[in-house]
Amino acid sequence: MPTPSVLMGAVAYDPKVVTIWEGFRAWLRGRGLDFDFVLYSHYERQVEDLVAGRIDAAWNSPLAWLRAQRLALANGTTVRALTMRDTDQDLTSVVVVRADSPVRQLTDLAGKLVAVGAVDSPQATLIPLGHLAVCGVEVDVRRFDVGVGLHGDHIGGERDAARALMAGEVDAACMIDANHLAFVQEGTLTPDGTRIVAQTAPYDHCNMTVREPESAGVQLFGTLLLGMSYADAQVRPLLDLEGLRAWKDGRTTGYDALAGAVDATGFYSPDGRVTATDYRP
Amino acid sequence: MSAAPVTELDLAELGFGRGAHLLVQRALAGLPPGGRLAVSGRDPALRVHLPAWCRARGHRVEAPEPGDRTGVVAVVVRGTADDDRWFGAERAGPALPTALSSRPPARWGLGARGALLEAGGPEARFDLDDRDLVWADVAPHLYAQAAARQWDPQTAVPWDDPFALPSDVEAAVVQVMTYLVENEQAALVVPARFVGRIHPHFREVVQLLAVQMADEARHMEVFSRRALLRGAELGTSSAGGRQSLFTLVAESDFALASFLLSVLGEGSFVDLLSFLHQNAPDPVTRRICWLAMQDERRHVVFGMAHLEHQARLDPLLRDRLRAAIHRRHDALVDTAGLNADVFDALVVLAAGGWHPDDVSAGFDRVQALQHAMDQGRQRRLVRLGFRPDEAAALSALHTRNFM
Repeated sequence: MPTPSVLMGAVAYDPKVVTIWEGFRAWLRGRGLDFDFVLYSHYERQVEDLVAGRIDAAWNSPLAWLRAQRLALANGTTVRALTMRDTDQDLTSVVVVRADSPVRQLTDLAGKLVAVGAVDSPQATLIPLGHLAVCGVEVDVRRFDVGVGLHGDHIGGERDAARALMAGEVDAACMIDANHLAFVQEGTLTPDGTRIVAQTAPYDHCNMTVREPESAGVQLFGTLLLGMSYADAQVRPLLDLEGLRAWKDGRTTGYDALAGAVDATGFYSPDGRVTATDYRP
Repeated sequence: MSAAPVTELDLAELGFGRGAHLLVQRALAGLPPGGRLAVSGRDPALRVHLPAWCRARGHRVEAPEPGDRTGVVAVVVRGTADDDRWFGAERAGPALPTALSSRPPARWGLGARGALLEAGGPEARFDLDDRDLVWADVAPHLYAQAAARQWDPQTAVPWDDPFALPSDVEAAVVQVMTYLVENEQAALVVPARFVGRIHPHFREVVQLLAVQMADEARHMEVFSRRALLRGAELGTSSAGGRQSLFTLVAESDFALASFLLSVLGEGSFVDLLSFLHQNAPDPVTRRICWLAMQDERRHVVFGMAHLEHQARLDPLLRDRLRAAIHRRHDALVDTAGLNADVFDALVVLAAGGWHPDDVSAGFDRVQALQHAMDQGRQRRLVRLGFRPDEAAALSALHTRNFM
């Protein structure tokens, strides 16, 4: 019987991606899986290659997951979320104003200028703007397009939005909850300098997307990922770099808000084509 | 509803932007994995920051019980990551230098001795990792003594004391100082080549060698400063002298290098500095030779201590020491050895005048110095276990350059 194999795609949003997947590669190969990875410069080609069968698995952003699902559906196949990080579950985004702002509640933001991340950032653009739209609040938007095509993996857009808020250039800024904390701790935001005026419902982030039916290699891949332990000194530094303590079974119940925003903005068509007009990854 | 009892933590006004995580962490540390901590507080961002912080650290967060009126923001369920991180952790030996490991593992690397080391991390290759090869029980004591006796070249030497020497005597001082500077330079480089190779588990040895290097750095400074105190030029440096020093620096075996440098070289140097202290024509030279001599004595003590320890355990060590002396002698046999200018300068300083009787007496004193150096080397060789007749033969093979 040939050794089960998996070729996984990952997006190179940071040099550490090489360290992480080189490390995981060695660990997985030591456990009977002929694992290798290819790097993409953006998510769109990675998703297309997954659905076309050129790679077996894609370490996908939530937006890439939605597109994979739509592309698969359009060609009569299905994809599934094999695993995700413990830190991918139940995230929220927040809308933040300066502490001295007259904005007291979400509806006060009507007609105000709101800073967001890159055009394709689920957490700093699509989901929070979708939340405002659902609440019926119309705002002017200033986008900070850093790392377009990386689906918000690059923190730069969110940080620039936060800086613009502190500089008084905008009335509010959108960011993921953990980055609000990180920006306060790193000093981009002062501890008492901002006020959170809105928080979205919990949503999920990345997942390891695979085609169905799964090959023996993909099945083994899932089993091995779920078996990685934070107590294992070989993988712990890699888990730290990738930002998780444990892999969880994939779930797809946490993408509704993003799907709603994608449809409302026409980011992707129902059959998975890129239809956002000002999106060039 | 969970049956597990809930510990409570009130953060009052404190938010995560100002260190609330410390109180949460401290409270969670007292709970087992799965233990529950009800967190309340009045910081407006707490409802956002507490779950975000917990998510990143592998703790679960539950909403407060429906109808809760106590102001609980969330119940944190302690995860296992904090414990998992320390799975397989080990102490890097004892904190104090008693019962040191005979061969500390490479994985202890740069971890502080006695610290609890998280598993993983680099295998740092410190090839001098054999206790018997590098350690001496006297090292911590010698280090403390050395650290306490560091002196400031600016204030410890009477640089401004008035004196005037005849130009030929001053020239003799400058020549001797030039010779001393290059010897101290070699004495600094030799331990420097080993410090980075010694396993940090034996840190008192590393500390001692570091101070030893600082000693040599000061010696280089004061000897060159004295050389230039009355003029602008240094003396001569002979090819043979530099060849002799180079054989010291080239020795890559720690035991052999400290044998050649400390036991034989610096041992002889202590006698030379004592001679210069007695025969110095001016207060500055007298003082700096005395200061350097105190330091050099300490270097000899350590070199002797760890070689004596090693010689007791390894009967073959003496064969290697013997071979090292022969090897160095063979390498230097065709060189002139001591710079003739240095020898003459020593005679001039010991003579103290130009009358033939003075020169003759000076010559005798330098010969007595060489005899004393030889006797000292023989004594130390006997302490390392050589028979007296062999010690005499080996001492005679020592470089004529003294160091």
